[in-house]
Order: sequence, then C-alpha cells, then structure tokens
Amino acid sequence: MTDFILRRLFQGFLVVFGVTTVVFVITRLAGDPVSLMLPLSASDEQRAAFAAQIGLDQPIWVQFLRFAGDVALLDFGDSLWQRRPAMEVVFERLPNTALLIAAGLGTAVVLSIPLGAIAALRPGGLADRLTTSISLLGLAMPQFWLGLMAIMIFSVTLKWLPTSGIGTPAHLVLPALTLAMTPLARFTMMVRAAMIDEMNTQYVKTARAKGLGLGRILRVHTLRNIMVPFLSISGWELITTLSGYTVVVETVFGWPGLGLTAVQAIQRGDLFLVQAIVFSIALMIVCIGILMDVLSKMIDPRIELN
Amino acid sequence: MNDPLLEIDDLRVDFDTRAGLVQAVRGVSLTLGRGETLGLVGESGSGKSVTAQAVMGLIDVPGRIAGGAVRWNGMPLVGEGVRRRPRRIWGREITMIFQNPMTSLNPLMTVGAQLGEVIHLYLGLRGAAARTRAAELLDAVGISGASRRLDQYPHEFSGGMRQRVMIAMAIASEPRLLIADEPTTALDVTIQAQILELLAGLQEKLGLSIILITHDLGIVAGLCHRVAVMYAGQIVETGTVDDIFARPGHPYTQGLIRSTPRLDAVEDRLVSIDGTPPGLRTPPEGCAFRPRCPAAQAACHAPQRLASHGAGHVACCRAGVDAWDVGAA
Repeated sequence: MTDFILRRLFQGFLVVFGVTTVVFVITRLAGDPVSLMLPLSASDEQRAAFAAQIGLDQPIWVQFLRFAGDVALLDFGDSLWQRRPAMEVVFERLPNTALLIAAGLGTAVVLSIPLGAIAALRPGGLADRLTTSISLLGLAMPQFWLGLMAIMIFSVTLKWLPTSGIGTPAHLVLPALTLAMTPLARFTMMVRAAMIDEMNTQYVKTARAKGLGLGRILRVHTLRNIMVPFLSISGWELITTLSGYTVVVETVFGWPGLGLTAVQAIQRGDLFLVQAIVFSIALMIVCIGILMDVLSKMIDPRIELN
Repeated sequence: MNDPLLEIDDLRVDFDTRAGLVQAVRGVSLTLGRGETLGLVGESGSGKSVTAQAVMGLIDVPGRIAGGAVRWNGMPLVGEGVRRRPRRIWGREITMIFQNPMTSLNPLMTVGAQLGEVIHLYLGLRGAAARTRAAELLDAVGISGASRRLDQYPHEFSGGMRQRVMIAMAIASEPRLLIADEPTTALDVTIQAQILELLAGLQEKLGLSIILITHDLGIVAGLCHRVAVMYAGQIVETGTVDDIFARPGHPYTQGLIRSTPRLDAVEDRLVSIDGTPPGLRTPPEGCAFRPRCPAAQAACHAPQRLASHGAGHVACCRAGVDAWDVGAA
C-alpha cells in the first residue's frame, strides 16, 4: 500500500510537472504576456521595465528554470489585480469553493443512495419511473439556467433567500443546490443501475436463501458492493465540479471562490493569478485520483494496486 | 414411510417474458422423506432448478407461482394455503447451494463474515463464540487451516473450496433439508467426487434430507435413494434408483440411461437423443416427449398421466417397454 501511494505520488508529480510546463509554454510562447497584462496605454519604457521585472529578457531556458523553481516554492508572483502574492489569493478563496463543493456534492451523495436504491427495488415501478424522469430532467438543465431560475423564484419573487454573495448559511442554499443537481441526477441513475445488477447477482440469491431479511441484504450485501463504482464516479464528478461546475455556479451567484476568481483573473489579464489557480486545481485533481484509488482498494480486496 | 418432510403438490410456475408466457413448471408433484436423498434429473430447461427455487421461495418477477402448493411438515410453505410469509424455514430448516460457487459468495465480505451471518441469525452466537463455530464448520467441510481461512475473501479460494464454504453455510443452521442445485457442474471431475463424498458424509452424520439436482445420472446412481426425472416442466418418472436403472419405464429415462457414457462398454461414439425439448410457451397437449420418441403412437397425443410401474415406481408412458429397442427394431 505504502509502495503504491509513493508510486502514485511520483506519477502525480510528473502530471503536475507536465501541467506546469504547459502553463509556462502557453503563457510565454503563445502570446505576449506584457501586452496581455499591461493596459493599452502603457508606454514602451513601461513595457520594457515590466518585461525585465518578470524576467522576460532572459533566455527561455533560464525563464523556465526560474518558473519551475518558483512553482516548487508555490510562488507564482504577485497578482496584478490584487497587488499581493497570487497564491495568497488562492488560499483565501479556496475554503469558499471547498465549502460550496462539500455542501453541493454532499447533498448529491446523501440523497442519491436512498433514491437510487428505492428506484431499484422495483424496476419499472412508480418510484423507479418518477426517479428516472426527474434525474433525466436534472441532467438536461444547464446549471447557469437553473441558477438564474432559482434566483428568480426563491430570491426575487418569494424573497426567501439572498440572490448572491456569501456570509450566512442562507447564502449557501441556492448555490449548493444548483451545484448538486447534475451530480445528484447522475449519482441516482448510477446507484439505480448498479443496485438492479447487484440484486440479480448470485450472491444476493445466496443471501436470500440464507434467510436474511431485505434490510440486511441491502445494507450488508449490496450497498457496500456498489460503493466501488460509486466511488469512481464520484471522484470523476468531484473533478468535474472542481474544474467546471464551480466556475458557472460561483459566477451566477457571485460566490467568491476559486471558479469566480479564475473568471475575474482571466477578464483582467492577470496571468500570474490564472497560473496559480490552474496549478492548484491540477494538484487537487491529482490528489483526488490517488485518494479514490486507495479508498477503492480499502473497499474491494480484489483490486490490485500494482 | 412416515409422514413426508416435504410435499410438492401440482406445482406450477410461469414466467411472463417479452416473448409470451413460459410455463416452466407444469404440475410437479413430489414427496421427500426424512433422511432421504432424491435426485432430480433432466436436461437444461426441464424445470428442475425452477422447482427448487420455488421450494426456496426464490421465484422473482417475472416468474410467479401459478398454482399448486409446497408443504413443509404439513404446513403450507409456497402457493395455496400460505397466509403470511413463513419465516425461519428458508435458511434454517431448508438450505440451498447453487451451481456456480465462483459467484455464489459475496466478493467483498470475508468468508468468516458470510458464515457468521448465518451463525448469528440461527444460533444466536456472536464474537469469539461465533468465530469458533465458523471454524468448526469449515473444518467439518474439509477446509484446513480454518481459523486463518475465515479472514480470507472468496477470491482467495478455489472453486471446490468455495463450494465447501457454501456447504458449510448451508449446514450451519442444522437444517433438515439441503437442496443442491447442480453443486458439481462447474467443478473439475476430481473435485466433483470430493464434494459428492462430502455431501454423502454430511447426510449420514446429520441425518439430512437432500434434493440433488443434476443432469448426471452417474452422480444420481452413486448418491441418491430415489430419482425423479423431469422433462419439459413435468415429472415423467419417479422411482428408487435401483428400479429406475433396472427397469426405466419412460422412453426419455431410457434414452438418458442409454446416452450415459460407460467405462466398461466399447462404443465408437456417444449415444444421444435426437431432437430438442419443446418450447414451453405453447406446451404440447399430450406427451411432451412424443416428437423425439421412437415408440410414439397415436394415443400419445392425448394428455398423459403418471401410472404405476411397479412398487413405488411411476412413469407417464403407455409404452412400458424399452422404446429404443422397439424403435430400432
């Protein structure tokens, strides 16, 4: 196990190094960072001074080594927009995103397991058809639209919940539910399908022949067995949320997390902040991947980690 | 014979499939005494497994019990006369092992945990006491190093060993009837013999009744007291093993015995019964075996009944002679 984790950490390091290189190449070679970051009105002297300040006058390999060294120290330079270290901004915004994801994905996980299980008990029954239809609806609604509709109904018309911002638990409700919708639908469909398969397995038949009650069969024999596919799909969903859903939802609800900050940094041409955010997300995705593998191994003894 | 332990009375099981209603079991009647081993033989799709699953209460949608009854010690268990779901019969007094030991155990639970479920449920033991009992059971089915094996997962066991674990679970509650649904079909021949030997030994030691489902007449001859031959969802012949092998009354039984390879006979090729069993969506009116029978007559188109063929031996055929000799003549 330790062996496996070390090897995965090394692989993860390679991935992060790859991401770092790509970020470097795109920002240095695919465009002119100076004209991207400075206003149009900047004079040639100002441009040259800025280029020298961020090391653009050096040979490209010196630039890369400096960049890689800085990345290793989590130093991405100062955000031009915030006028403070980019990583500081990331660390300040990250907890907000983490809270939003925990609330949103947590809701999806907690609701999807009973919903999917109930639907699977009688495939084709009323509960099943209802759950399946609503899940399809959930998958069909884009989050930006769902978020705007939620604001219109619950904030503007009913005035139950704040439209945007952060601060109280009430502020969390709409963004978290909007974020939860797509994963909830996907999880429910997945739990339903996996449960139907599980209930038809020979070992569930054995469990029934042993005289075990339905409750025990569900708890002990099937729910645990669907955790392996559930874990891998939720890992995937967590990654999608981190690198996609949060950008949309945070923008719609003005939630000051990493996603909204990334959009603002891009709009302001704040290259260093964008780099810091991309790097942080890549690092988190690598860690999630390792964590999912280890958890799967803990649930299913048949999985060989080598 | 004293009061039968298990009575199956005109049992019918239907399956509602997309292609139409399939009558998998069409009026099966059987009795089983205490300590008796009954062989239920027939080819694939003849309804042997469905009959066994019906007795175990394991028929699921799209299947349903369409008629008849199963009684346990005179008490209604399945079908007619059942008021509420009987508890503590299935799993405690009647247990079952299945054809494929590779998939019959939960892959994510240790063998000890799966044995422990039964031990806890029926013997009320927990913790160290349950573990000791589980180890004794593994020992009783011939698994060595039992206390170490308890913590292993099914994938660490071979097929034969997994079937032994299944048997250990099936005898944990000290049942009175064990239904073995083709317990050796998925195993190597040498392992087959060991498993059958184990079953025979356990029967002697525990006074179990066994229903052994198989399509292998050799297994029946070695282990069973009585045989019931199924064809197309019906029982076509029952009798003692000796009687059936000596004087098979139904052409299908005769054909089965004829097509069993023998070590002591010099034959160029294996003998088989030509044709295939009828589909059970529209079961034939008369004898279901008629299209394949060499001795078929016009009277075979009429519905057939089981008729006495000697003491404790019934067959549902009018021919009463060796049809295959007649056919060959």
